[in-house]
Amino acid sequence: MKEYDVIIIGGGPAGLASAISAKDEGKDILLIEREVRLGGILKQCIHDGFGLLRFNEKLSGPEYAEKYIDIFNEKKIKALTLTFVTEIVKEENGFTVSVVNRDGVTNLHTKTVILATGCRERTARQIFIHGTRPSGIFTAGTAQAFVNIYGQKPTKKCIILGSGDIGLIMARRLTLEGAEVKGVYEAKPTPSGLTRNVHQCLNDYNIPLHLSHTVTRVFGNSRLTAVEVSRVDENMAPIKGTEQIIECDALILSVGLIPENELAETLGAKLNERTKGPVCDNLYMTSVDGLFSCGNALHVNDLVDYVSENAAEAGKAAANYIKSERKLLEFSVGENLLYIVPQSIELESDLSAVTVYFRSSGDFNGKKFTIKVNGDTVFEKKYAFLRPPEMEKLVIDMNKFNLNMNSRIEFSII
Amino acid sequence: MEEMVCIECPNGCVLTVENKDGEIIVGNYKCKKGITFAKTELLSPKRTISSIVRTVFPDIPVIPVRVSGDIPKDRIFDVIEEINQIRLDKRVGRGHIIIDNVLGLGVNIIATSSILINT
Ligand SMILES: Cc1cc2nc3c(=O)[nH]c(=O)nc-3n(C[C@H](O)[C@H](O)[C@H](O)COP(=O)(O)OP(=O)(O)OC[C@H]3O[C@@H](n4cnc5c(N)ncnc54)[C@H](O)[C@@H]3O)c2cc1C
Ligand code: SF4
Repeated sequence: MKEYDVIIIGGGPAGLASAISAKDEGKDILLIEREVRLGGILKQCIHDGFGLLRFNEKLSGPEYAEKYIDIFNEKKIKALTLTFVTEIVKEENGFTVSVVNRDGVTNLHTKTVILATGCRERTARQIFIHGTRPSGIFTAGTAQAFVNIYGQKPTKKCIILGSGDIGLIMARRLTLEGAEVKGVYEAKPTPSGLTRNVHQCLNDYNIPLHLSHTVTRVFGNSRLTAVEVSRVDENMAPIKGTEQIIECDALILSVGLIPENELAETLGAKLNERTKGPVCDNLYMTSVDGLFSCGNALHVNDLVDYVSENAAEAGKAAANYIKSERKLLEFSVGENLLYIVPQSIELESDLSAVTVYFRSSGDFNGKKFTIKVNGDTVFEKKYAFLRPPEMEKLVIDMNKFNLNMNSRIEFSII
Repeated sequence: MEEMVCIECPNGCVLTVENKDGEIIVGNYKCKKGITFAKTELLSPKRTISSIVRTVFPDIPVIPVRVSGDIPKDRIFDVIEEINQIRLDKRVGRGHIIIDNVLGLGVNIIATSSILINT
């Protein structure tokens, strides 16, 4: 059986960055990708805005991904494409990974595994709409692939349900392709996507954004012909008498992303209720020894720059992993925080620069991100504004906190 | 006083813009790019756009492109119209100029992927 130090599953920006940094540690690496090409979802994200933080350039998704693919190829890292992972089994000193591709079924052995499988979009099955089941209802990501990869026009006249970033981006994209986007409908009272996308994708093109509205019924037999939208109350329940019929041939869904963690679950990795991805420590190791996770498989990062950054750290940690007793100190999540990543720290690791990602649970102005150890405030940072769609990142020296297994460390926004 | 969303980076600062005796005063920015953005946005708003061009190759029917620099916001659809005229019949890579100085705007339309040559 072939033997590796690190096997990485997923060839998107997370998989690429983790492979490059693991290789830099001088280890034997293999990356496995189910599609024909590396690059992940960025292959279809042709708009600009990637790499502002990392390269200080306004790159498109394919340019950003290909920059990493070039480095990956220069370093002669081994990759298997068009290869599916069918099973991963945890063993005493590593994992056996079963893959299937044109060469048949192969078993590979590795000391560590990094899950870099990205995220998927919530679909129509996860939201409740009355009526028939015509074609013409698909996710914003599907619309993106149709237009940007296959060069097809999936709609002439549509509405978008949900104000996630991909939906906003697609509202602009479809408009540029000559389609009529009649409006974006969002059940919540605030948009889910970045303010900048509301501005440059909707306002620039006079596409109306209807907050506190949802789709309550769809019409059409083989193809969608119209939808009914209604205003919703503060409990998101449709208000009778506010129904309105809108003619359209497509209903495009942008109702959120969730980490892809089928493999993590089969390995028994504990999941975090808040991020919907596996729990991890500051080395990006999950609750399963030797199993790491990064990028959007860990939690939905809205910026690929952050994905590359935490993936590189995960790659380095996986490459240097030596089995030992873990001394994990769990973080508690206090007031006004939606989530925090990581959820614990390894006390035996270098704590001089711990990267922490967080999102607030609501819109706040002038509040402080605060860390308390045993009730005493040890760190605070004031933010002019915090909004759930905009993830924040901090690098904190935790050596200064003198932590031990009995410490109680709490994060909050106050 | 007017409010304006800066679109230069994901922070999306809500800038305040005031016209004091012909001088534009910008506030609430996290970095200096916000000042430049607000002034340009008032005088002659500019945007970056991305799209696809069609190819003659059945395996890869379209490749992604973008403008090499900002263009005036009111010329977006004209530029898209130019891009839509193209049928690419050469296998070119990332950075290749597909339309030189599009509509005389001083920017090029460039390929943003090498999928045509790395297949
Ligand atoms: C439709 C869509 C549009 C997006 N648009 C943007 C955007 O405009 N800007 C932005 O910053 N972010 C965007 N995102 C978020 C985006 O996912 C991240 O920015 C970034 O691509 C995440 O990188 P990743 O490597 O974690 O995941 P991905 O890019 O999703 O890569 C995961 C890779 O893993 C592979 N894979 C998954 N499971 C397996 C398996 N079992 N075996 C083998 N391979 C597997 C997949 O084929 C894929 O190539 C978008 C996400 C989606 C779903
Ligand atoms: S002002 Fe600076 S930080 Fe704020 S959105 Fe503009 S570019 Fe970003």
